Amino acid sequence: MDVFLLQLLNGLDKGGAYALIALGLTLIFGTLGVVNFAHGALFMLGAFCAVSFNKLITLQKIIIDPTKTTAWGTPLEVRTPYAEAMFGDFGQWLVNYSVPVSIVLAIPVMLIIGFVMERGLIKHFYNRPHADQILVTFGLAIVLQEVIKTLFGANPIPQSAPDAVRGAADIGAMLGFQAGAIVYPWWRMVYLLFSAAIIAGVFAFLQFTTFGMVVRAGMADRETVGLLGINIERRFTIVFAIAAVVAGLAGVMYTPILPPDYHIGMEFLVLSFVVVVVGGMGSLPGAVAAGFLLGILQSFASMNEVKDVLPGIDQIIIYLVAVVILLVRPRGLMGRRGVMEN
Amino acid sequence: MSATPTPTRDLLMFVVFAAAVLTMPMWLAPIGAGYPDLLQKFAIYGLFATGFNLLFGLTGYLSFGHAAFLGVGSYTAVWTFKLLGMNPIPAAIMAIAASGIFAVAIGFVSLRRSGIYFSILTLAFAQMSYNLAYSVLTPITNGETGLRVLRSDPRLFDAAGQGDGPLVSTLFGIEMSGYPGFYFCAVLLIIGFFIAQRIFRSPFGTMLRAVKSNQNRMNYTGLNPRPYTLAAFVISGMYAGLAGALLCITDPLAGAERMQWTASGEVVLMTILGGMGTLLGPILGAGLIKYFENIFSAFNEQTLHRIFGFLPDFLETPVVAITSLFVGEGWQLTLGVLFMLIVIFLPGGIMEGFSRIGRMFRRSSGAKGSHQTAPAE
Repeated sequence: MDVFLLQLLNGLDKGGAYALIALGLTLIFGTLGVVNFAHGALFMLGAFCAVSFNKLITLQKIIIDPTKTTAWGTPLEVRTPYAEAMFGDFGQWLVNYSVPVSIVLAIPVMLIIGFVMERGLIKHFYNRPHADQILVTFGLAIVLQEVIKTLFGANPIPQSAPDAVRGAADIGAMLGFQAGAIVYPWWRMVYLLFSAAIIAGVFAFLQFTTFGMVVRAGMADRETVGLLGINIERRFTIVFAIAAVVAGLAGVMYTPILPPDYHIGMEFLVLSFVVVVVGGMGSLPGAVAAGFLLGILQSFASMNEVKDVLPGIDQIIIYLVAVVILLVRPRGLMGRRGVMEN
Repeated sequence: MSATPTPTRDLLMFVVFAAAVLTMPMWLAPIGAGYPDLLQKFAIYGLFATGFNLLFGLTGYLSFGHAAFLGVGSYTAVWTFKLLGMNPIPAAIMAIAASGIFAVAIGFVSLRRSGIYFSILTLAFAQMSYNLAYSVLTPITNGETGLRVLRSDPRLFDAAGQGDGPLVSTLFGIEMSGYPGFYFCAVLLIIGFFIAQRIFRSPFGTMLRAVKSNQNRMNYTGLNPRPYTLAAFVISGMYAGLAGALLCITDPLAGAERMQWTASGEVVLMTILGGMGTLLGPILGAGLIKYFENIFSAFNEQTLHRIFGFLPDFLETPVVAITSLFVGEGWQLTLGVLFMLIVIFLPGGIMEGFSRIGRMFRRSSGAKGSHQTAPAE
């Protein structure tokens, strides 16, 4: 039982990342009808928002203190981050909490990137075939990736979680199992809650606001909404920007779990596409459910007991599920009948 | 392809193509591409892209997992070396057979869906093969290290363990590296091109184009498109397998990274860049991309300073700084930008560019001459 629970938890945080990216992909596909292969790159850009924020606030001022000397007799260099020098304790707090705080930076940045991308490029591809959309966004993804590579280098840049949530929680003890049976890092828990909050936010936005209503109507029948005199394209631009923000935030918060490098996006993209297809093209609940489901399946497949029976299953389980779903139920788990069914 | 294809035109095209390929070492030398390693790549990836184009260009099915066949071809070739001997011909035949069988299996499943679903299915299969090659199949693929021929291998037909020369593939005493290797690949490219040309002109090719233009109508005519698409898929998988085998014939080492999905993306890129659905386009695209990869990635700041040396100093530094982003390590940036530009402005690729220029000339000369109006396309 405890092993079971542990794997469930392990799958959930990865599933959260998949769900967030897949949610954005589905929003874009459902509204704009565009297959966005650059969505993984948006995830990566979000992660690098966190990296650059961290770099920015840890810029150091070096003062040579002549009154003290080091053990070697040279004057002592005192290194203080500017943030600390200027804001004191608050600065220290800022450095410690750099990952969550960089959300504040990531939101406007991702909004602007999303807006520019849609207006500058994607807009011109609404009426082109899917193959063209895939290809042009694939090209864009390469470009973004290479730009980040030139700016930040090719090596992963580790980010640390705030001190308060570093370490792991002994969930087993809390739930009455043996102590140490289920140990789960705090930050992953934070990530799980965070992704749940974002997903809830997006759904609430779509469900309870007028804007969301128009967007949902546009997803269902774009032409009619246009005929009612609503400038649907304008809304769709905003939807794209929101999807970019969701992917970006998923990236920001994922940095303490996996040190970001320039091709982290590509790795997530392939899996997220599979998630979207399994959930059903254009179905938002489907994307979320499939994200968590595949995350959990992957974590179960990597258990030693399973691997002994079916060697290598952990490597291919997600793709295998996708193949089976596509063949048996092509519209995905929760896809609408008739949407992209062949 | 504005002119109507006739047998004579086709023959002419084939002869010119064959001559151009065989004389590549000469006419590519002035632009710094006249060395055998790169020429081999041109021929091999030209073959790969030609095969990919038979599927994507004719039927419109965008496979995002074609690199899997390249990988299967490579592994089969190396295993043939290990078991039978270093002759390239059995290796090539075995690779074609193995990738063909593999393609039948994947194609049979994937072709049940079309459009983006087909792309994702092929991608899923390719990723599965890649992941498996790295992990569980290590006894067959030798995992991260890559599969290579060892002296202790049985090699039934060429007296294993007796020679102690370098382990390269030899065709009846000719070592398949350097120029002989290139000519071997070139001959296969020419044969591959010939087959592709015949397929393009055959009723089978017309069927494939019908699949692309309107599958519904084809169904209503009483034709089942699936056998045709499956045949195209298998043929193009065999081309990829042969290309993979040639990679190992010129350099007997097979690694799993050949199957990664970025490798599949690369062949899509080559085909698009050159012009999908044209005969020469993909080969041109493959050549250009491999050229960029090899030449541009070798550029460094000194080379750039030499090139832009004629500029005044205050201009030279920023120009070098900007261009250096696009060469050397950053050549992929060039590739990405180029790729986007092509898809945005010239969806038909370079071949469409050529025919546009050609049409422009014809129109202007026509206007000057007999005042004939150009016939509507």
